[in-house]
Amino acid sequence: MAHAHDDPTSENRAQSELTAGNRVAFVDQYPTAARVTRLCFGVSFTALLIGAVLGIVQALHRTNVFRGVISSVDYYTVLTGHGVLLALFFTIFFLSGVFSWGVARSLDRDLLSRRFSLFWFGLQLAGATAVALAIFGGFVGEIPFEADVLYTFYAPLQAHPLFYAGLAAWLVGTWLAGADWIRLYVRWRRDNGGERIPLQTFMVLTTTLMWYIATLGVAVEVLVFLLPLSLGLIDSVDPLLTRTLFWYFGHPVVYFWLMPAYFAWYTILPKLAGGRLFSDPLARVVFVLFLILSTPVGFHHQYADPGIAEGFKFVAMTNTMFLLLPSFLTAFTAVASIEYGARQRGGKGYLRWMTALPWSNPAFAGCALAGLMFAAGGFSGIVNAGMNINSLIHNTLWVPGHFHLTVGTASALTMMAISYWLYPQVTGKRLQFYGLAQIQPYVWFIGMALMSNAMHRAGLAGVPRRTAEPQYQQFSFEAVFGSVPEMRLQIAAGALLLTIGALLFVTVMAGTWLAERGRGRLRVDSHLPEPISGVSDSPRVLDNMKLWVVVAVVLVAIAYGFPIYSMLADGAFNPAAPPVPV
Amino acid sequence: MHVHRFERIWLVGSLLLIALFVATVTYGAVGAGYGMVDAEGGQVDGTDPTASENVREPGVYNGSEDGHYDVYVETQRFLFVPGTNEPIRVPANSTVTFHVTSSDVLHGFEVVGTNINTMTVPGQKATVTAEFDEPAEYGIVCNEYCGSGHHTMEGSLQVVPPSEFNETSEVQ
Repeated sequence: MAHAHDDPTSENRAQSELTAGNRVAFVDQYPTAARVTRLCFGVSFTALLIGAVLGIVQALHRTNVFRGVISSVDYYTVLTGHGVLLALFFTIFFLSGVFSWGVARSLDRDLLSRRFSLFWFGLQLAGATAVALAIFGGFVGEIPFEADVLYTFYAPLQAHPLFYAGLAAWLVGTWLAGADWIRLYVRWRRDNGGERIPLQTFMVLTTTLMWYIATLGVAVEVLVFLLPLSLGLIDSVDPLLTRTLFWYFGHPVVYFWLMPAYFAWYTILPKLAGGRLFSDPLARVVFVLFLILSTPVGFHHQYADPGIAEGFKFVAMTNTMFLLLPSFLTAFTAVASIEYGARQRGGKGYLRWMTALPWSNPAFAGCALAGLMFAAGGFSGIVNAGMNINSLIHNTLWVPGHFHLTVGTASALTMMAISYWLYPQVTGKRLQFYGLAQIQPYVWFIGMALMSNAMHRAGLAGVPRRTAEPQYQQFSFEAVFGSVPEMRLQIAAGALLLTIGALLFVTVMAGTWLAERGRGRLRVDSHLPEPISGVSDSPRVLDNMKLWVVVAVVLVAIAYGFPIYSMLADGAFNPAAPPVPV
Repeated sequence: MHVHRFERIWLVGSLLLIALFVATVTYGAVGAGYGMVDAEGGQVDGTDPTASENVREPGVYNGSEDGHYDVYVETQRFLFVPGTNEPIRVPANSTVTFHVTSSDVLHGFEVVGTNINTMTVPGQKATVTAEFDEPAEYGIVCNEYCGSGHHTMEGSLQVVPPSEFNETSEVQ
């Protein structure tokens, strides 16, 4: 998406000063950051739109409600597109945008170089476009691109080289984005010697450092093994090693989806609820815990893998359980901050205060509903993390049921909700179709409640994930709760509501993008109130990023050192499996 | 560092809950004796698993003890051998160790309605042991995407009354 108002004139700057109350709109204060945020959001929302359309095609196909759109072979092209566009591009372009806003706002200075920022954005976009071309080439027989390898691209399944090259370019783009935020912080530090890191920048830094550690795994996987394999430079790989490298990255990436949501729940949601953040120190502790614990847990995706000793799985399980702690703490802080807001707004009673919250404000409603669903998703995740009961649901529909609550709601719905609040500030345009925005979070919530509960129950019955036709000839599934046809119906109906939810969101955003600037008050501003328990209550050691990186690396070495060493000891390409092109 | 009293109570409660979760998993492994899929199966040839010493031709074999059986299954796009074209047959009141390998890409080996659920990875042998007390018929499904015909990859496992199980012809 391009924008009509990339260079605000002094005329509408003056006007926005009037229309945004006493404060200058973000777009006028930090034009480069605002532009980068707009561009990132444009790509993010486009990916969301395409991904949502693929989602409904796939839901209707696998439930056998309607199979007229695609063949069962093309189902896997659709599934790959849905996974990659939503899990990688919708989420991470959003993150790139919201973090650019967050550092500029909290450090009170604009991104340093417009050219550099646009360069990393362009690189991410070029990479993402190449990946999308490689995937969607699968629909057209005459085009040599094929990449039906799903979001996890397990070797020795092999996609077209364009898929891997695009992924690598996009990844480098994300690294440069991180470098952009870090150098802005370094510059700020030079001018503000003894000061504490502002909370939003603190969150951006910890998340970025976590990303650098985590992406090392997938970078090695793609650049050393999969890209050379697809180009024919090497003739085989060790599938267990490449899978392990993927999951080294594959679990922390879920925190990369979730951190923008946490960032919003900690720093923006309290204001939306009418109050302020409960505790700055606890917020910092939570982000430090994510930095050090996100990566040494990847083996919990490989509980059912041969070739990995039970002890390593046990270490990952223990780390995973401790990773619940920051989320439990977040649940407390988020609810406490919201309650404080409700009481400021005149709310009374033990639970009655909830009625005092601004449920008709789509930004608030979306974040609150997303947080509620995250609680449910967290508990279904504990089942996944339980090494032995995981055997009951491993690779069943339970798993996508779980992550549609986490990335598909906690992250996705929060990102949409925050956009209602933030997009007007980075464009200087009043949010359009406000009525549609108001109902959208509820549509999403109901749709996800229907779809996800049925997916969880279907998983308990053993229905596998990632399949075009979960209807078999030699046996049928027996439901533990409800019936299989009823689950299919709920999945299809839920998916339909979710698609409507995504379309409502995109309509609101497109309407706002195309609207004229300066018409009507913005209704929102970037001012965030100070926490109740402020930064002076939090120990300085929390700001010591070098220390936390060292701790994180040590934990990664403990969890991964020996297993990776033993996989490499017999040769990096042994046991050898030749590629199987899709 | 200032931590509100409610927050401290919540923190302690959360830690207790986490300790409880770790304890239940530990109990499952140590107390109840649930054996995970692990490295015990050893490595095998990535394209021809049966060429390896630790893998036998697909089929049912007598185990180390009476009432124990070893079942060798090879997964390949888009078949379980045995399982798809002919059911895997074992007698009830038995302990069965499945040795599952792959000769091409990643697959899943899920016996529907049980906790037998393992990945198969080229170059590795997965071993899973289960007890079958009652005669029953189970579906087997590949639950990891393996290519365009993935959804057709299924099979069946028949646990038959011991009287219907012919040791001489059904065991290799």
